Amino acid sequence: MIHSLFLINHSGDIFLEKHWKSVISRSVCDYFFEAKDKAVDPENVPPVLQTPHHYLISIYRDKLFFLSVIQTEVPPLFVIEFLHRVADTIQDYFGECSESLIKDNVVTVYELLEEMLDNGFPLATESNVLKEMIRPPTILRSVVNTLIGGSNVGDTLPTGQLSSVPWRRVGVKYTNNEAYFDVIEEIDAILDKSGTTVFAEIQGVIEACVRLTGMPDLTLSFMNPRLLDDVSFHPCVRFKRWESEQALSFIPPDGNFTLMNYHVSSQNLVTIPVYVKQNISFFETEPCGRLDITIGPKQTMGKTVEALMVTIHMPKSVVSANLTPTQGSYTYDLATKVLVWDIGKLNPQKLPNLRGSLSLQAGAPKPEDNPSLNIDLKIQQVAISGLKVSRLEMFGEKYKPFKGVKYVTKAGKFQVRT
Amino acid sequence: MDVGFSLRSEAVGAMRTAMVSAENLQLTLKTELSQEEQALTHTKRSPKETHKAGNEDLKEMLESNKESLKLEAMKRVVGLIAKGKNASELFPAVVKNVASKNIELKKLVYVYLVRYAEEQQDLALLSISTFQRALKDPNQFIRGSALRVLSSIRVSIIVPIMLLAIKEAAADLSPYVRKTSAHAIQKLYSLDPEQKEQLIEVIEKLLKDKSTLVAGSVVMSFEEVCPDRIDLIHKNYRKLCNLLVDVEEWGQVVIISMLTRYARTQFTSPWKEGAMFDENDKAFYDSESEEKKDQTEDKPYIMDPDHRLLLRNTKPLLQSRNTAVVMSVAQLYWHLAPKHEVNIVTKSLVRLLRSYREVQYIVLQNIATMSIQRKGMFEPFMKSFYVRSTDPTHIKTLKLEILTNLANEANISTILREFQTYVKSQDKEFAAATIQAIGRCATNISEVTDTCLNGLVLLLSNRDETVVAESVVVIKKLLQTQPTQHSEIIKHMAKIFDNITVSMARASILWLMGEYCERVPKIAPDVLRKMAKTFTAEEDIVKLQTVNLAAKLYLTNSKQTKLLTQYILNLGKYDQSYDIRDRTRFIRQLIVPNGKSGALNKYARRILLAPKPAPVLQSSFKDRDRFQLGTLSHSLNIKATGYQELSDWPAVAPDQSVRTVEVIEPVQEWAPVVGKSKKSKSDNKFYSDDEEEKAEEGSESSEGSGSSSSSSSSEESGSESEEESSEESEKTSSDSGKSSSGSEKSSSESEPEQKQKKKTKKAPQKKIKPTAAFSDSDENGNGPVAQASSSSAESSSGSETDSEDDSDSDSPTTQQQKKRDGKSKPKVEVKSKMEVSLLDLDDFSPAPTNAPKSLVVSLSLLSDLEGLSLSNIPSAMQVTTPSFGPVKTYELLHHMTGKGLTAKYHFPRQPCLYEPSMVAVQVILTNSSDHSLEEIHIGDRSPASLNIHCFNAIERLEPEASVTVSMGIDFSDSTQAANFQLCTKEDQFSVSIQPAVGELLMPSTMSEQDFSKDQGKLLGMNETSATVTMATANTSSQAISKQVLSVANVGEVSSSHNSFHRFAGRTVSSGALVLVSLELKESSTALLTINTEKSVMASMLLRDLKQALAQA
Repeated sequence: MIHSLFLINHSGDIFLEKHWKSVISRSVCDYFFEAKDKAVDPENVPPVLQTPHHYLISIYRDKLFFLSVIQTEVPPLFVIEFLHRVADTIQDYFGECSESLIKDNVVTVYELLEEMLDNGFPLATESNVLKEMIRPPTILRSVVNTLIGGSNVGDTLPTGQLSSVPWRRVGVKYTNNEAYFDVIEEIDAILDKSGTTVFAEIQGVIEACVRLTGMPDLTLSFMNPRLLDDVSFHPCVRFKRWESEQALSFIPPDGNFTLMNYHVSSQNLVTIPVYVKQNISFFETEPCGRLDITIGPKQTMGKTVEALMVTIHMPKSVVSANLTPTQGSYTYDLATKVLVWDIGKLNPQKLPNLRGSLSLQAGAPKPEDNPSLNIDLKIQQVAISGLKVSRLEMFGEKYKPFKGVKYVTKAGKFQVRT
Repeated sequence: MDVGFSLRSEAVGAMRTAMVSAENLQLTLKTELSQEEQALTHTKRSPKETHKAGNEDLKEMLESNKESLKLEAMKRVVGLIAKGKNASELFPAVVKNVASKNIELKKLVYVYLVRYAEEQQDLALLSISTFQRALKDPNQFIRGSALRVLSSIRVSIIVPIMLLAIKEAAADLSPYVRKTSAHAIQKLYSLDPEQKEQLIEVIEKLLKDKSTLVAGSVVMSFEEVCPDRIDLIHKNYRKLCNLLVDVEEWGQVVIISMLTRYARTQFTSPWKEGAMFDENDKAFYDSESEEKKDQTEDKPYIMDPDHRLLLRNTKPLLQSRNTAVVMSVAQLYWHLAPKHEVNIVTKSLVRLLRSYREVQYIVLQNIATMSIQRKGMFEPFMKSFYVRSTDPTHIKTLKLEILTNLANEANISTILREFQTYVKSQDKEFAAATIQAIGRCATNISEVTDTCLNGLVLLLSNRDETVVAESVVVIKKLLQTQPTQHSEIIKHMAKIFDNITVSMARASILWLMGEYCERVPKIAPDVLRKMAKTFTAEEDIVKLQTVNLAAKLYLTNSKQTKLLTQYILNLGKYDQSYDIRDRTRFIRQLIVPNGKSGALNKYARRILLAPKPAPVLQSSFKDRDRFQLGTLSHSLNIKATGYQELSDWPAVAPDQSVRTVEVIEPVQEWAPVVGKSKKSKSDNKFYSDDEEEKAEEGSESSEGSGSSSSSSSSEESGSESEEESSEESEKTSSDSGKSSSGSEKSSSESEPEQKQKKKTKKAPQKKIKPTAAFSDSDENGNGPVAQASSSSAESSSGSETDSEDDSDSDSPTTQQQKKRDGKSKPKVEVKSKMEVSLLDLDDFSPAPTNAPKSLVVSLSLLSDLEGLSLSNIPSAMQVTTPSFGPVKTYELLHHMTGKGLTAKYHFPRQPCLYEPSMVAVQVILTNSSDHSLEEIHIGDRSPASLNIHCFNAIERLEPEASVTVSMGIDFSDSTQAANFQLCTKEDQFSVSIQPAVGELLMPSTMSEQDFSKDQGKLLGMNETSATVTMATANTSSQAISKQVLSVANVGEVSSSHNSFHRFAGRTVSSGALVLVSLELKESSTALLTINTEKSVMASMLLRDLKQALAQA
């Protein structure tokens, strides 16, 4: 299926290649570079390309292109999903997925790729399984390795590979048994000029960090599972139990994982935590414009809005911004034409405001459209949909684990049109 | 044959020499090494200095005798490979380390070997012997990776060795090794396609594999090597469907797409008019005897149960986190499901839009294709396709495409308002696309055509050139569709003509002028005059349209434009482009009258000014549905290499019995359509009343759809050691599976033996889907032991003994029947059963014995077999499928009052399919009159609020025929009767169903501890108890269970104490826990306690139980 993989950095250098079948010359990437040049913005490169003899499927993540070469018909999502899994694994192993880190750990990455795919078909993609075969680098281990010549490669078949719960290895032991669940909800919204909601929905995810000894069997139940409209689960969750009881029953993987993703049913009106008053205008006659933005709390459920940030993609003709924020700081990146106003905590008594003038390139026509504002925010200790975990039960093991649930609401794709 | 043989022996010979030489080489190398030791000590300190000297230093490091140096060198070599640098000259130095003890070093050498073996074939051969040795290694991991590397070495000389290795590995005990062999098949095939036939044999064998680990990989090989050998799938179809949930996610994608293709060749189309889809009704028809056949044939369409199986088993995968799995299920539903069922994929597809941009791209493409045919599917989610300014352009355009597809009279105003924002977008490419979209909406929805036109005209004054140009083009197309009243717009366009520089737009305006020159008689000549001035500076496309305009004007208004036209024609005559010269010459001949071409001249007007059909503005995704959704071909809109066409539905379904598998396959049990006649025969044999059978069957199919987690959990309540041992025995049995199946089939001689077999079957059957696959061979591997642990089937044993005399052959189906009734019993029960009466074993011990089973399994096997278990680790407590099938049938309608229609009902004790809060009721309708009854259905009900899921109306019931239908009634946990009317075409009969309190419960499985814990929570008000005097016959534990289970649909809880009996259940409607405990006291009295919140139910249940236990 997947023939070869090329890792390409932002500027178009191939810095790693791996072939699972016979070798394909890297000149095949020229077609990709052509498309990349045409697209200008790397985001705009079409994920699926056709060349005379091959098909190229690529993803763009963390300023890197993962380009796979395909020879025959294959579901494109299969490849895309796999490439993202590769990027996830690299991130999981080294903390982030960047060119320099991959170059530093090129052998480990290469070994990982070798294990993940056999003849182009995914073999082991579970992080738990991989970590048993190729141990992630730690400072301690690298010291030990240089001293006594140990290796990063496990010598047995990972137990997970064969068991019916491939996501969990056997013989896990902890002195402190703990299970933490983060319920993170994101508000996706589009507000129009006047502040009315054009579209809003809530997407949630439950991230888990489970460090429990043995083979615990957990059941997580909600106070109000009816809120959940559409869900997707980690393979460990028993779907039938969910269907019959609306509770999550699972044997957790060891460590961090995403337990479920959900979508809150659209009947419930989505509360928008902040309102934005904005006025951006460009003058007809002079090459300049004015900007005035105020943000205030709307429905915050009694909690403080934190990490408030406004990002504006300015029209190309805006050359500089001369603004004064009453709170926080702003930056304007000339190259990307992105204005970022980092506000921080929202104080309801003294609303943050940013105002000032924008100067345009002399002679450039007045921009047709005002740029839209992208809002980022965070509210701790509350899930905006009202979803509540009622309890977590553990079966199969004797000890008492330490349990914790945390709620966070964030802005997802939250956009204000102007 | 001979040739094959000689080839093989040749290969073996070649291999042997290779091995010998490899061995020699290693020996010689070793001596060399020792010689070089001293030399190395000098160079070791400065290995990096010599970097330029073509990897000399690496070579030296590799030849050193220090592991760490070698490892370091190998890491650098792999680093070179990763960067795409050539490291092939190190081959001899590297290949020597192939037998290294250090695992990491060895792995790196493997990596190198696979990369360069093709270039250095001779040297690569030296390593083969190492792998051959490793293939025999006791460690499955080493066997697997050896095969992996061996098969990756692309050297054609070792093809025979590879083939042998693959064949051997395909029969390996370890599923991991078998998986590797499935991968190796593809590698070998790509290396040497001539081995196809041999490889297909291996594939055929591996397809039969029951391990979830292997399934995905072997189907992948199948797709690569022999995708057209559909016949190989038949026998494995049901198994694949049932395994699907447990297969790893990548395998799921491959299997689903293969099954989609398969289903299209094997089933008839579910898309016909008036099709009937209720799967439950269908299941019952199938289970009926032949007389029903006529009836089923009357139906316009009935879905093949296998078709339904596929749809049902793929549905849960829509909740997968893997986007590729979700997409593949979506396409399966799109291509296979009845039209009204496709909608269930919508939500999941929309969910994927939250994923990465690449995922969005593919999903949106597919939604775009779907939304053309089925607007309704995505209309409720229209807002999810609203464009954000931060989306990449290709995502924006796709969303726009979908919004346009979704537009209809009702939502067009919302969409147009949304489009207005898009038109102003800074992304001009996108703005242009929006204008086209507006144009499409305008043509598709006539109500808004004028609004759109006006809007577009406004855009003509836009500052941006691309926007204006696109508007012009779209307006041109729109005007063509209704040219009558738009001269104003044409005039406006003429005015702005000077300011437009985009040639396509200019050409469009010129064409419009020419086409409608009679409506703007004054302006058109003026435009031509301007064009004459700038003609030479225009682009070709504009020039062509100028010539056109000139010609048309010449024909309509030659007085004013004759000279201008001639001038332009003269310019055109000497143009650089031959197209324009051509056109000019042609036009001149056509319109200017001269002697020779007079004939055409007459028709010039009709040729040039013929009314032209309006262009159809349609989606660019219109023709994409020729490709299967979710494929690369669909994404590119071009047939990709290796694309497998999805065939059309066959008009007549091919023989469905090809999918029938011998007894070995438990999957078939629940798919009742196969072998109808057989089944009905067996009904008579074993069951005095066939309702029971049907009830079981019903529960079977509902279980079939259940996931393995629910099934396996039912046996989890047993003690731990027992669980393990039973699992082990199943594993062994799976290995000896094939051989035993044969003997099983043929064994039908003596009755006691037969019975034993049946009994042995029962125990493992509790595991439903996946593990059941292993259950077939207990009698061979560890028969006697398994028997001891197996259960007796209470419900059927009585009738069995009566009827068995007339069963002279034990057909596969009858065995299935036995399985079926054993299957629904939880393990708990099994444990406590004694089979004295059934098994005349002298050494029978009354205590439950399970432990000895594990002795059969040798310890060495255990490690290899670890992965075989397909069941998930069961959950602690849950509602289970019915534990007991004591079917009491009640009369609903007597044939006297019913004018020939008889109706009986019973409670099948299975979860209701329609709504979890309903109690499932099965009604058997029999026509005892001499004429056929028509349109049997349910009419008014009382109380009106009563929530009933009615059965589908029965169109026709022939005399003497009977039909079983299932319905669901929500009794709201009360024993109040449900009254409703049973109607035929002519009459209406009021009937009522009064449930016994025990039928309002669902069995629940829990451990003893949980039971006590929950019981502790339900004390005081929630506890009802009484002392009962039991009939002496009822004091044995299985008699107690039998009595309790006959009264109430509860599950038995395993008890560590002999005098305690515990049962747990939940009320169907509210899910309230009902706990029944029975403590035996001396002299056949017992304390019966019921703990539940529903105190009314408790007292009624107590009464019923008391009665039942007092009876003999």
